[in-house]
Amino acid sequence: MPVNQNNEEFRPVIVAFCCNWCSYAGADLAGSSRLSYPADVKIIRVPCSCRVNPMFILRAFEKGADGVILCGCHPGDCHYSTGNYYARRRMTLLFSMLDFIGVENGRTRVEWVSAAEGVKFSETMNSFVAKIRSLGKNVRLGDLRCKN
Amino acid sequence: MSKQSELIAEISGVNPLKCMKCGKCSASCPSFNEMDIKPHQFVSYIQRDDIEALTASKSLYKCLSCFACVERCPRGVKPGKLIDAARQLVLRQRGQEYLSPDEVPALLDEETPQQLLMSAFRKYRR
Amino acid sequence: MQKIGVFVCHCGSNIAATVDVKKVAKMALKEPGVCHAEDYPYMCSEAGQSRIAAAIAEKGLTGIVVCSCSPRMHEATFRKAAERCGLNPYMVEIANLREHCSWIHKDMEEATEKAVILMRAAVAKVHLNTPLQAGESAVTKRALVIGGGIAGIQTAIDIADAGYKVDIVEKTPSIGGRMSQLDKTFPTLDCSACILTPKMVEAAAHENITIHTYSEVEKVSGFVGNFTVDIRKKARMVDMTKCTGCGVCQEKCPSRKTANEFNRGLNTRSAIYTPFAQAIPNVPVIDTESCIKFKTGKCGVCAAVCQAGAIDYKQQDEIITETYGAIVVATGFDTIKLDKYGEYAYGQSKDVITSLELERIMNAAGPTKGHLERLSDGKAPKEIVFIQCVGSRCSDDRGKPYCSKICCMYTAKHAMLIRDKYPDVNVTVFYIDVRTPGKNFDEFYRRAVEDYGVNYVKGQVGKVAPQPDGSLLVQGVDLLDNKQILKKADMVVLATAIEPNPDARKIATMLTASIDTNNFLTEAHPKLRPVESPTAGVFLSGVCQGPKDIPETVAQAGAAAVKVIGLLAKDKLKTNPCTAQADELLCNGCSTCANVCPYGAITYEVRLVNDHGIREERRVASVNSALCQGCGACTVACPSGAMDLQGFSNRQIIAEVDAICR
Repeated sequence: MPVNQNNEEFRPVIVAFCCNWCSYAGADLAGSSRLSYPADVKIIRVPCSCRVNPMFILRAFEKGADGVILCGCHPGDCHYSTGNYYARRRMTLLFSMLDFIGVENGRTRVEWVSAAEGVKFSETMNSFVAKIRSLGKNVRLGDLRCKN
Repeated sequence: MSKQSELIAEISGVNPLKCMKCGKCSASCPSFNEMDIKPHQFVSYIQRDDIEALTASKSLYKCLSCFACVERCPRGVKPGKLIDAARQLVLRQRGQEYLSPDEVPALLDEETPQQLLMSAFRKYRR
Repeated sequence: MQKIGVFVCHCGSNIAATVDVKKVAKMALKEPGVCHAEDYPYMCSEAGQSRIAAAIAEKGLTGIVVCSCSPRMHEATFRKAAERCGLNPYMVEIANLREHCSWIHKDMEEATEKAVILMRAAVAKVHLNTPLQAGESAVTKRALVIGGGIAGIQTAIDIADAGYKVDIVEKTPSIGGRMSQLDKTFPTLDCSACILTPKMVEAAAHENITIHTYSEVEKVSGFVGNFTVDIRKKARMVDMTKCTGCGVCQEKCPSRKTANEFNRGLNTRSAIYTPFAQAIPNVPVIDTESCIKFKTGKCGVCAAVCQAGAIDYKQQDEIITETYGAIVVATGFDTIKLDKYGEYAYGQSKDVITSLELERIMNAAGPTKGHLERLSDGKAPKEIVFIQCVGSRCSDDRGKPYCSKICCMYTAKHAMLIRDKYPDVNVTVFYIDVRTPGKNFDEFYRRAVEDYGVNYVKGQVGKVAPQPDGSLLVQGVDLLDNKQILKKADMVVLATAIEPNPDARKIATMLTASIDTNNFLTEAHPKLRPVESPTAGVFLSGVCQGPKDIPETVAQAGAAAVKVIGLLAKDKLKTNPCTAQADELLCNGCSTCANVCPYGAITYEVRLVNDHGIREERRVASVNSALCQGCGACTVACPSGAMDLQGFSNRQIIAEVDAICR
């Protein structure tokens, strides 16, 4: 499918991994406060940001995701004490590798959102979706074998 | 919002909706008594879209641009920037220099603090 | 192949107004394995749950997807419903169609499309769900309360009255907290000490309460029902068992220049001191930083005058370790620092004071023995200006974005008390809004205005300028009159914003309890679970959760106590079965997982392994499921992919990713 970068109708596929304790609750708060963000974002609940295996993110891109965002508790506030620190280190490495193979840094993001930050959650998702829309469709890692 | 209000919002970068009408700006203003429209009222003029009254006000020229109101506003509304923007609007419309740079040296007073000079330029340039 | 049932909830119109629920149910039937799909107005209702039960019985469902609100709301409800029908509760997954879909989107088509995808992801996950069994853990029937203010005291008394042991840990030398510093309390003007000290005595005398003052929580480990806590009992240098509390040491102590914290630094105290007369325990401590004996080695007056021989300069900090079933945080608040508010001249003039300082000045035990006088020259003020919202409702970095809630009322109280005691003093209050929601609160404020003639001015103060003659020139504004006001005052009182105790973040981190950007601890649900932290076994009491006045604090303290009692009343707790598991065939015994585990739940053992017919002894990881909390750090760290997390397995998450990206 040809990609029109400026096409307003471009609906990216965005996967958001949210930790159960802070960011998922932050997303719930955004919901109950009716703070909207584009429907392109689909959230997957994980117990902690450190549960997110880099493989999941690669898999998402392989399957045609246009952006992947990982949200966790603020540094120091992890429910499991140190999980978000692991996530931060792992993602720094993964994202620089992805950038190296051509998946722009803008397509990946790590953001700390606490359970009280519904506003931040919706703002983050709005800006992330806007970024992905400006980057257009991800074609770099799409694996033809994965297409049905 | 009218075009002019939008323009003021754009020039000043101010969101008038943030104002909670505490009056800290008016309480801080050294030119309060000289003004017909007071600093805390600027916001409501923009909200009411009454830009005409605002631009006709002499407050525009009584503001010293000391920015005490900007500094102290607890909500980041910055009424000083609003009045600055309204002033620019008037000056742009008028399309003429209120003061040409050549006239400045003659008007200078040894005693004039530099800060005042700078704020005067900010105010009357164009 | 699983037999999956999909149940789509309308949630009244909450979901159904923006999501075409019928379509979601219809689309669900197209998913592999889905043999039942229906929609219903309220899935969580009794009737809704019985529909699930009927479907399980009729179609022999092995997995269930409920498309409803957040799993944080009703996951437990639906799991229990499934369990009642003989289905393993962990065969239930929730697709969050409300918080994550219908409430944030407006376009029906768009929202429905997303809802279908969320449903699909949940169905894909359920395919890979396995029945899990929750383990059990014992409950230690003892509670810890951190903070000995009115919140902590009330919580402790309520728990203790129910028959459970409670320990209070208080950082300062005495319990009592902020309330002990107050003079009178609104809206009834009771003397604060008169209503607080009986509570303090009750707590101290209670057979179930142990009070550790001058102590701090140092380390917390464990989990709900089984917390292990290290408490540092700081060296008092006074033997608590010998001291009789006679107070001679304090009288004779030659070091008298230390700022008195209890009086907010308005006067000084001796190096050996009790914070206030009614302190509990009535045993002084030696402040080693100001004590001459500790600074120079020469003094020892207190030891010489102590008839009981209680002074012990060699005392060391002691660390005690206790186990608790529940922990209550009641760390309270302090007023913010005002160094960023130069315009109010706080710090420049002694006559610009905070409201808490005024409490001390008005108090008979305070630095002025309760006489209202200027701290600069001791003269009686004739003109007093109160400024509201100093640092509250401030969205910049100088102050706090929230309303401190108590200031309107205590300012009315101060103004009223001053006008009552000194009718010749003029009192002016500059306010932005007067907020008095509460029983008899607005009546109280109106009394200040109508009966006591307090002058309320709508508008803020821009500047307080100390004058050469010692007075203070207050430049404010009357917004209703549109006039700038210049007022000469003798004293200015700042209604300073309150902020959580500076230690709150440290304690929240130790407890792994969530905390917000303003350092208030987060409650599990803003409306329905206001006294529980999202971290199981941790409860919140008082201002550590948000600004509160005394009646609210006491109410919340009681609520927290009930939650603690409910927990301690259980003999066993169900543990979370979503723990890590190592595949012994894949594990190469490298220890990477053990290094990242924050709970030390992973150990290694040499085990006889049958690897496709080859039997050999291997060093493999073994997870202690009682200790594992299921964060999943090990699963990602594992280089051979041997570690996996039950309930959130690699295959399950990948299935969700695939469903979303399909």
